Amino acid sequence: MNEIAVPPLRRDSGIAPALAKDARRERSLMIGLALPGLFVVAAVLLSPVGWLIWQSLVDGEGHFTLHHYLSLFSEPKRLSYLQNTFLLSAEVTVICSLLAYPLAFALTVLPERLRKFCMFFVVVPLLTSVLVRTYAWLIILGRRGIVNNVLANLGVIDEPLNLVYNYFCTVLGMVHVMMPMIVLPLYAAMKSIDGDLVRAASSLGATPSTAFRDIFFPLTLPGLFAGATLVFVLSLGYYVTPSILGGGKVIVWAIFLEQTVSFNTQWGPAAAAGLLLLGATVAVLVLARTLVGVKANQVEL
Amino acid sequence: MSQDTNYIPHWHRAWLYILLALLLAFLAAPIFVVIPVSFSNTSTLQFPPESLSLQWYVRLFSSARWQSSAYNSMLAALLTVCCTIPLGIMAAYGLNSIRTGLGKFISATLMLPLIVPLILVAIGIYFLYARLGLINTMVGLVAAHTMYTLPLAITMIAAGLRRFDRNQEMVARSLGANRLKAFMTVTLPQIKFSVMSAGFLTFIASFDEVVIALFISGGSNATLPRQMFNQLRNSIDPTIAAISTLLIALALIVFAAMQFLKSNEA
Repeated sequence: MNEIAVPPLRRDSGIAPALAKDARRERSLMIGLALPGLFVVAAVLLSPVGWLIWQSLVDGEGHFTLHHYLSLFSEPKRLSYLQNTFLLSAEVTVICSLLAYPLAFALTVLPERLRKFCMFFVVVPLLTSVLVRTYAWLIILGRRGIVNNVLANLGVIDEPLNLVYNYFCTVLGMVHVMMPMIVLPLYAAMKSIDGDLVRAASSLGATPSTAFRDIFFPLTLPGLFAGATLVFVLSLGYYVTPSILGGGKVIVWAIFLEQTVSFNTQWGPAAAAGLLLLGATVAVLVLARTLVGVKANQVEL
Repeated sequence: MSQDTNYIPHWHRAWLYILLALLLAFLAAPIFVVIPVSFSNTSTLQFPPESLSLQWYVRLFSSARWQSSAYNSMLAALLTVCCTIPLGIMAAYGLNSIRTGLGKFISATLMLPLIVPLILVAIGIYFLYARLGLINTMVGLVAAHTMYTLPLAITMIAAGLRRFDRNQEMVARSLGANRLKAFMTVTLPQIKFSVMSAGFLTFIASFDEVVIALFISGGSNATLPRQMFNQLRNSIDPTIAAISTLLIALALIVFAAMQFLKSNEA
């Protein structure tokens, strides 16, 4: 808000307390405007999550217990789900970062008109339902899909290949879904870099590759880390793509969670499993903040 | 960067442009592959289809189940926009001037729906609604979607407000307009493009939302994404392609609308 210049007041003028009172009233009115939204978030997000925390910490008789959490780690199967989740998220994050970097860079060097045209292909997938984007891979890689058709017509294969419902397809589908999430922050970061810095480097004798490596690249790192953190955090809890493209063979934590809720009549185990996911997400965000200075408000679209 | 890196001729960057084209194709091509399949006349997924027909659209539009789920999604999305946008305007307006202490804390809390994993949110809401008897109700769905879309709307409207000079509103008030009137006649018209963009985004976010709807919408209040998700796990007939094509059309409309609003704003 733009402050209006007010001449300094003498403390004893009698106006200062009145103004302070006004400022306080203004402040509480402004806060009051945010309260309805806060109420919705408190009612539909905070209270259910709070209840889950409570449920995860008590046993059937209402006594405090860590049993629900400990039992998550007692079965090797569950540990493997956890491992799958982290591995899948890490792979998706690395692949997305490697692909998004040249894409975002190319967007910054394009002429305005062409850039707008190219942006269409980045933003429209983001606006398209995840289900559509997942279904598309079934059409492309399915038994009678495009890839199998082409290969059969070329005589390369006699039997259709099983390309869907496996780990590879899940990674591919996830990368496709997550790509715009990292391209956009990365592009914004690259766009905001002062071109004079790169120009100065080259006028002082740096070759284009040196200027890129020593000047441009380090300046893009905050954007890269912010985008990568966003992709990693979203991947950790992602449900839709693995459950469709994994074909039951790729069990990530979100799928395990959904199954626990469907097959259990008790809330405790599911609550603990869900809060572990939340804990992992928060841990990643805190880690990203302390290690590379990514702030939570950067991890938003 | 664009004009500053001109010391490298464009043809030296040919590899970069080829890579760009491939990556854009990777992002967009799968989506547009769906469209021809929706016009095929066989029930297997074949690309390109052998001959064209509208049978999957006919089947879609004559199915009571698909119709009612599309209606539910439409209604839920419209109601969500009606809740999220006023709440979003109020919160963005209030918090725009208070960046410290309690205001900062409230801002952070309002952004939480973006950080908490959606599947956990869905399960939490499922537990809560089971107790309140709100499962499979429109009210419950709209409340959940309002929470889910609020951070996006606040972010977009706040961006619009930051470009607006609030002294103009002060002037209106010093000339005798009350607070509400000053906001309605001076401020709102100048941020209306941000507000409308936020409205479109909220609509499509709610319309396409799967995970929460999977847990809390069902029976006669099942949404289109829920219906689609369940179908996708069982069979992948081209009816889904027909719905997908319509959803792509919706995404294109929202994209066009937001581009239009953005060009008006500048």
